[in-house]
Amino acid sequence: MAQPAIEETPGSGTRHAEETSAPPAGHGEHEGFVKKYLFSTDHKMIAKQYLFTGMFMALIGAFMVYAFRVQLAFPGSHVPGFGVVGPNEYNALVTNHGSIMVFWVAMPVLIAAFGNYLIPLMLGCDDMAFPRLNRLSYQVFFLSVVVLLISLFVPGGGFGGAWTAYPPLSSKAEYSLTPLGSTLWLCAVILEFVAFLIGGINFVTTTMNSRAPGMKLYDIPIVVWMIVIATLVFMASVGPLVAGAVMLLFDQLLGTAFYDPTRGGDPLLWQHLFWFFGHPEVYVVLLPACGIVAEVITVFSRKKLFGYKTVLYTAFATGIVSFFVWAHHQFVAGIDPRMANVFTATTVIISLPVAEMIFVYVATLYGGSIRLTTPMLWALAFIAEFIIGGVTGLFLGASGSDIYLHDTYFVLAHFHYTFVPIAIISVFAGITYWFPKMFGRHMNETLGKIHFWGTIIPFNGIFIPLFLLGLAGQHRRIYSYEGFPELARPELQQLRIIATVSLIVMLSFQLVFLFNFVRSMLRGRTAERNPWKANTLEWVAASPPPHGNFETMPVVYRGPYEYSVPGRDEDYWPQNQPA
Amino acid sequence: MKPIATTRSATGIPTGRLAVWWLIASEIVIFGGLLASYVMHRIGHAEFGDYAAHTNTWAGALNTLVLLTSSLSAVLAHEAAEKRDGPRAARMLLFTILGGAVFLVVKGFEWTTEIRHGFTITTNMFWSFYYTAAGLHALHVIAGMIAMAFVARGALANRELQRVELVGNYWHFVDIVWIFLFPLLYIAK
Repeated sequence: MAQPAIEETPGSGTRHAEETSAPPAGHGEHEGFVKKYLFSTDHKMIAKQYLFTGMFMALIGAFMVYAFRVQLAFPGSHVPGFGVVGPNEYNALVTNHGSIMVFWVAMPVLIAAFGNYLIPLMLGCDDMAFPRLNRLSYQVFFLSVVVLLISLFVPGGGFGGAWTAYPPLSSKAEYSLTPLGSTLWLCAVILEFVAFLIGGINFVTTTMNSRAPGMKLYDIPIVVWMIVIATLVFMASVGPLVAGAVMLLFDQLLGTAFYDPTRGGDPLLWQHLFWFFGHPEVYVVLLPACGIVAEVITVFSRKKLFGYKTVLYTAFATGIVSFFVWAHHQFVAGIDPRMANVFTATTVIISLPVAEMIFVYVATLYGGSIRLTTPMLWALAFIAEFIIGGVTGLFLGASGSDIYLHDTYFVLAHFHYTFVPIAIISVFAGITYWFPKMFGRHMNETLGKIHFWGTIIPFNGIFIPLFLLGLAGQHRRIYSYEGFPELARPELQQLRIIATVSLIVMLSFQLVFLFNFVRSMLRGRTAERNPWKANTLEWVAASPPPHGNFETMPVVYRGPYEYSVPGRDEDYWPQNQPA
Repeated sequence: MKPIATTRSATGIPTGRLAVWWLIASEIVIFGGLLASYVMHRIGHAEFGDYAAHTNTWAGALNTLVLLTSSLSAVLAHEAAEKRDGPRAARMLLFTILGGAVFLVVKGFEWTTEIRHGFTITTNMFWSFYYTAAGLHALHVIAGMIAMAFVARGALANRELQRVELVGNYWHFVDIVWIFLFPLLYIAK
């Protein structure tokens, strides 16, 4: 199988000596602006590009939710900064809010930004295995952002068929009334998938092949494992939807009838293809979030991660089971009730590995010397809030109760209790934890804590009322409840107002974060190499790491979580320190 | 200059070969989703068999032969690359590209005839799947031909010879997709 004559890789025996003596693979310090920022192949620059693009898209998504929540609390009023939200605008706003937050915030930040930044640094190598492929991935992603933003401003307005894009609403212009918006939205989503497929190949091969000498599989930090498992789940689940999206595109543009029941097609086919990807996608973003939390809580508990292998195996189990739960989104779509029973069982089963993982994190905290820094607060909040999201999910996974709760605000509140901890809370844990490494400066802790409490308290203020509204029977995707006497009652309207006011409070506290972020980047306290006294390899490099990352390529001697080892003076033991 | 990360091989498998296998894996699920959708429809609609009778089985069989033969020259190119005979590898890859071109010409002839007889992508579900699946496959044929042209150029100067094997692996995958499409779209009547 091996053909030594043409292998690009010689055996690893001599490699190690050669690497440590070689200077870092710098490609020159004096690159021009275009080369450094627009066509950089450095994984850290690409990670920052993904991070800043994701943060920019998060602001757009936040502006959208502000506009439609004000409309729901005060129907028909003039929304400051937006104008009156009519039914078409409302549909476009909720659709693009959902699409942006999943595909253009959670994915680029959790997978691409943290993945690109952390994988080479934590594995102790100088870059990704395929740096130019990495750059191509960001460029395709950037193109998808441009196409999506254009879709919001074309005649007819942005696509309004929900982020799930069920046909026939999404496939026929006479139903959606947004011929250009829906096609551009679909093209943007396909481009986004392509970008992450390209990036995913890079993540997986780099982790398989480019680890530092001495780093065995069980020495890989959990967050890297999680990003790689998530990438594998993504790559295995997105293919059918790529095919499905091409079929939807043909339905829109060429007049085929793949999803048109009047001409032999089947709208349920799209639902299967979409959710075969869409549900694993939840775990694609959940796993990296759990990984970030694992890193943060071990460092700030000064304790070994309780059950490294347990976390790893539960992550694999979650990834595998996530392929067999998708039809719980379709309990009322007319699927066979016997199928509904099967999917109820698998959905309840998938809560086991996730619960196991949460237990491991709590056990890690037990008996540790806990330091309540800002990243630690975010990590703890992730566990607390995600449990609420997980437990309410059981009511929806059981087909009996789901039939009552389906498509109500209970569903909406449930998945925001999972997605906000994933895409917002864990991301803040990650940003505040790795900020000193990324930018070489510390963030302000006081401002960080103000931002934390200013986000967490109103977050619950938004979604607890929405649970109640859902139980009261409030359906989703309705731009004004004034036409529904049983839902327009003042006591229900007051719950909507509480949610909207909480949202505005939460959004305004994000200004504290933005201020802290920019100010700390420019003139924060200078950070040393290893400010948190952590073990993983990224803290061996300078802050921020130069092109090529390490002065001498590190060699690994132990696992990543050797904290408070008895008999040692220091309570941490970096992976690259000889015994 | 390649980064150190590119030259390491913790698994013992060259990084480039790993990447191509992952690429193929992600392509398999794309075609897998499309073909599964088709098969589900095919099971529910016996009349698909009557529509399939209008496809040109002989042209499809010829194309199968052409693609299989082009895979043979891809293997011969790999063999030449192992012996570090770059120019011969490039010549063999050129034969493979030629095979891809013949495949596309036959396909073009088929499609024009079918469209002239009124069987277009909107005629019914069978023809929609027929054109979508074969069209997606044809795009992969074109992509493979372009990739092989680049690899052949390098091989001519004896550069990056390991890529001959990699692009060959991709070509075999394109070949195998057709092996699934031919019976599903042409033969099953």
